[in-house]
Amino acid sequence: MTDLIDIAGVTHAYRTDAGPLPVLRDLDIAVPEGGFAAVVGPSGCGKSTLTRLIAGLMRPDRGEVRLHGEPVRSPRATVGMAFQNPVLLEWRTILDNVVLPLEIVPNKLSRRQREDRARELLALVGLAGFEDKRPSELSGGMRQRASLCRALVHKPEVLILDEPFGALDAFTREDLWQTMHALRAEQPFTAVLITHDLRESIFLADEIFVLSGRPATVQHRMRVPDTGPRTLDDLYTPEAARMLNVLRHQIQIAQGREAPEDRQPQTSTPPAPTPDPAPGQRATPATLPERMP
Amino acid sequence: MTRTKLWQKVGVPLTAMVIFLALWEALVWVNGWPDYKMASPSDLWPAFWKYKELFLIYGWQTLWRTVAGLVLAVVFGVGLGTLMGFSRTMRDALYPLLVGFNAIPKATVVPIIALIFIGADDFNTVLIAFLISFFPIAVSVAIGLSTLEPEYRDILRSLGASQVTIFWKIALPKTLPEFFGALKVAVTLAFIGTNLMEIVEPHGKGLGHLFDSGKINADYPLMFAVLIALGLLGILLYYIVVAFERTFAGWADRTPG
Repeated sequence: MTDLIDIAGVTHAYRTDAGPLPVLRDLDIAVPEGGFAAVVGPSGCGKSTLTRLIAGLMRPDRGEVRLHGEPVRSPRATVGMAFQNPVLLEWRTILDNVVLPLEIVPNKLSRRQREDRARELLALVGLAGFEDKRPSELSGGMRQRASLCRALVHKPEVLILDEPFGALDAFTREDLWQTMHALRAEQPFTAVLITHDLRESIFLADEIFVLSGRPATVQHRMRVPDTGPRTLDDLYTPEAARMLNVLRHQIQIAQGREAPEDRQPQTSTPPAPTPDPAPGQRATPATLPERMP
Repeated sequence: MTRTKLWQKVGVPLTAMVIFLALWEALVWVNGWPDYKMASPSDLWPAFWKYKELFLIYGWQTLWRTVAGLVLAVVFGVGLGTLMGFSRTMRDALYPLLVGFNAIPKATVVPIIALIFIGADDFNTVLIAFLISFFPIAVSVAIGLSTLEPEYRDILRSLGASQVTIFWKIALPKTLPEFFGALKVAVTLAFIGTNLMEIVEPHGKGLGHLFDSGKINADYPLMFAVLIALGLLGILLYYIVVAFERTFAGWADRTPG
């Protein structure tokens, strides 16, 4: 079976005044139809470049991004995008913002049908009654919900999420995670989520890809076991803690703060307490353990 | 609610004007200034009344030429601004030229224009009004377009939208608030342009000509009355721009309450 999204051997560099700046190197990521992939990695490792490549906004120097086995050479209407900044058009109402993709993508829907579709999605994310408000009248979380509706209104096959919940507070973020599951249940899509939040990645994704530092390549991949519908409680199980710990160590390796051989969490016994200095005697450098010769 | 709003919109500005005129009258009266030093508001009404037909004729000439210059400035300014907003090369090429041109005092351009197009009074006047007022429009449109966040573009581009669609659906509406801000500045500049031509190169037309004849005849209340008339025309045009702004860029207004 071919994967819906197939990123094969992608290498890309930005041309800067100081010469080429390699951002991606031999990157391989495959997402099956209906799958949900999360991509985590250190800041500035080229994750956003990846989203632009999948969307067809850019073409890689080497390698290929394929959708349904077909190389992506230009943007296609079967992709929906949402960013950290909701980028709603301030001069349009929430409803008209969500309808926007249907004005661009070729379709046979009447104006009425487009609005019905948008209303349906808005109701699903809890924005019923806000259709005629302007973006400036909504909170950050509500704007991001509207932005998700806009990304999905034209029923894209592929949803690209570039840290869409990054700027929200923790509670709103958890709400939106659940909204994502609801949206996925209503209308299946294949998703690539870029995130910095490890809990978010294990809550939403089927498979997590940890990218190395720049130039980024896949350093580690982890499957999140499919145990049926997820709830926030699932984030507080020992299994979740284990996955989070592995991911955290992988990120530290990617950041170069930890040597690769230390990748397994160490289970050493706590160091023996140093004997207290005798009463009246202060710890002086002479009493500190000296380096072995 | 509507009553308070009406008072806010009309009552407050009118009261401010009345207070201003009263203070002006008091200033002249307390100091006992003669007309040739400073006319008082009470001298102005007779001046208006005496020359009411001339005010209408010349006022109209000034007004239509200013508006014509302004319309040209909008068309040209938006075109130039669009060019500069979308192309880095055009921006780098045109900015120094534009700034240099704008730095030239237009009073020095007036005699040159009058010489080149000798006798074409209306054309010359419209031209100066245009030359003096297109700059802020071009710059604001260029800045509005070039500072468009790439994500806005990406949202449409990722759906396969053409550059033209992106311009109409995103770039243009997003630039409207900046455009109207610049248009308000351009309105007053265009008046300056029209009057420069009317006063520096008198050709018997416009309020500038009426001002000039007031000066020649030592009719000081007339000179002040012309200034007030120009001020009123400026207010009129300004509020027309505000009405357009409300219609087309009302969404940008976030005044609380």
